Amino acid sequence: MQKRDRNPKQQSTLRRQLLKGLMLLPAAVMLGNVQLASAEVNTTGLAVTDDTVKVGILHSITGTMAISETGSVQAEKLAIDQINAMGGVLGRQIEYIQEDGASDWPTFAEKSKKLLVNDKVAAVFGCWTSASRKAVLPVFEQYNGMLYYPTFYEGLEQSPNVIYTGQEATQQILAGLDWVMENKGAENFYLLGSDYIWPRTSNKIARKHIEKNGLKVVGEEYYPLGHTQFNSVINKIKLKKPDVVFISVVGGSNVAFYKQLKAAGIEMGKEKPLFLTISVTEDEILGIGGENIDGIYASMKYFQSLDNENNAGFVDAFKEKYGEDIVIGDVTQAAYLGPWLWKAAVEKAGSFDIDKVRAASAEIELTSAPEGYVKVHPNHHLWSKTRIGQAQTDGQYKVVYETSELIEPNPFPEGYQ
Amino acid sequence: MFADYSSSELLAIFAMQGFAGLSLFSIFVLMALGLAIIFGQMGVINMAHGEFMILGAYMTYLTSNLFEALMPGLYGAYFIVAMVVAFVSAGALGALVEWAMIRRLYHRPLDTLLATWGLSLILQQCYRSIFGAREVGVSLPDWLMGSVAVTDMIEIPINGLFVMVLTLLIAAGVYYLMYRSNWGGQVRAVVQNRPMAGAVGINTGKVDRMTFALGCGIAGVAGSAFTMIGSTGPTSGQLYIVDTFLVVVFGGAASLLGTIASAFTISQAQSTMEFFLSGSMAKVLTLLVVVGILMLRPQGLFSLKIRR
Repeated sequence: MQKRDRNPKQQSTLRRQLLKGLMLLPAAVMLGNVQLASAEVNTTGLAVTDDTVKVGILHSITGTMAISETGSVQAEKLAIDQINAMGGVLGRQIEYIQEDGASDWPTFAEKSKKLLVNDKVAAVFGCWTSASRKAVLPVFEQYNGMLYYPTFYEGLEQSPNVIYTGQEATQQILAGLDWVMENKGAENFYLLGSDYIWPRTSNKIARKHIEKNGLKVVGEEYYPLGHTQFNSVINKIKLKKPDVVFISVVGGSNVAFYKQLKAAGIEMGKEKPLFLTISVTEDEILGIGGENIDGIYASMKYFQSLDNENNAGFVDAFKEKYGEDIVIGDVTQAAYLGPWLWKAAVEKAGSFDIDKVRAASAEIELTSAPEGYVKVHPNHHLWSKTRIGQAQTDGQYKVVYETSELIEPNPFPEGYQ
Repeated sequence: MFADYSSSELLAIFAMQGFAGLSLFSIFVLMALGLAIIFGQMGVINMAHGEFMILGAYMTYLTSNLFEALMPGLYGAYFIVAMVVAFVSAGALGALVEWAMIRRLYHRPLDTLLATWGLSLILQQCYRSIFGAREVGVSLPDWLMGSVAVTDMIEIPINGLFVMVLTLLIAAGVYYLMYRSNWGGQVRAVVQNRPMAGAVGINTGKVDRMTFALGCGIAGVAGSAFTMIGSTGPTSGQLYIVDTFLVVVFGGAASLLGTIASAFTISQAQSTMEFFLSGSMAKVLTLLVVVGILMLRPQGLFSLKIRR
């Protein structure tokens, strides 16, 4: 909250622009599908012609992060293809320019500047790690670009130039913890994560929430990124006998951790202790192997196995484009939302102009999202439901719980900082 | 911190923690042996060591798929075959690299560092293009899964035991090759005095190539074994490289015994500290101790005494 209050002036201009945008709305609706001339829809000098509009895709397709970011690139391209097949945005076909951030944060900054300044793209879909987002943020704010960021992340950020299509920490964590407290009677928690900002912030929020409920954290521990030996912490878990191990280990460490857990004779399906992760999507299970992880729970907004019409169509389209064996994780789905949210905002604004798109973005609704209905909050995050899935041997999650209401995004949670 | 636990619990935990330390020790030795041979005997800093390991891991993945498709009945035996395949392919690639690149750079150690680093990037991108950017899951035959329950509390992971036995066998094999065989004598002669070794009729070029290939081959076997405990992706090799260099440098570059002693010291220190402190802190302290000792003893724990 504090951060938002600090800038009332900006908020009021935002509101004014929003009102302006709303006034224009009837006009846009009346025009309907009539082709608008470029000069009308684009007042910021972007790469928009009478029948095309350029956007950027900025992910790591080389380097360490390529493992994780590949799915996002695939999802964004699929969404763009589908939008083009439907006739594009404001009658213009989307052309994407793909740049490689190469898992290197300065490269991300440089490439985003290239996309905004040289290519004049109307929007950028990209970034995965918080570090890469922090690296491009000043560039997007200086050159007034629009970034659609797909990853669940630690919150504590709200930029007018970013739409966060993944969940921020409280959305993902609180619902998961509430579920184990209410349904599994959990009282003791062991927090384990990789050593960088996201797990540390997540565990801070988790610890506050656990202690607020009068329950106990019996251990909190971090391992360096890329750590591959977890026998000591497994022994500690055996000794402390927590009810729940809450895990935010990422990357290659994940594979090592679950394989060694299994080898140490811990049966995850017995739920003694129960393993609750916020970092293992179907993508990661591919590397871990379903037989090494079945029985653990994950708290996220999307699982490939979600049973609804939107998702069935999405999964089919994804498999048709990328092969039967492909898996879709939480972030991949969030990345897929990016182009659709942008399209909706552009159409609502009746313009590609960055300021108008931003003003139109708040309260945008998407009923066709694979995860179900989502809505953009004025704080640029999404209202979304949180689900609990249990990992199965085939590498998929079985959804065992879903919050009844959409959870309000709260990137600056009071009392949790 | 132990007041809350019964003595039998404590005993069990210490036993398991001891096993964790030993298992880390054998992993370190397995990682570092190949590098110790290349770095210690040839003076080549091979930054692509991790990528040779991952080549072994990918070979294991391919062998596993092959067995599953062609002879599912023999699936239990695939892991042994995979390790042989890993050794041969990583060794062959090593020999090729030595022939094409390393042998031109023997007098320029810093350039080998850059060249092998470049090689590691090239290999990573090759793996990414061939196997995809995502990690692959290598499934294990049943006999390698699970654990042996010694008592109710003490459970020993089978794959940990397997890595230990494998390390013992490879260490014994390397010892025999380097110190008991004719070829090992030639290698050591070349290390100690290259012109003189050449003068008495040793083909130093060939010895170099075989030494490099052997080091890479052992890296391949290590990578194959690590599919049991770690990830297999294009950049997974990077996870091991720092620890590997740490072990080799700390042990004293030219000494295989030093490598083993250093692996033992570092692994025991790390796993003990991991138990009492948090993981990151343990790592920091381990590195600090190593840096401190290296400041006092720059040549490492053990050093070869030769006249220069």
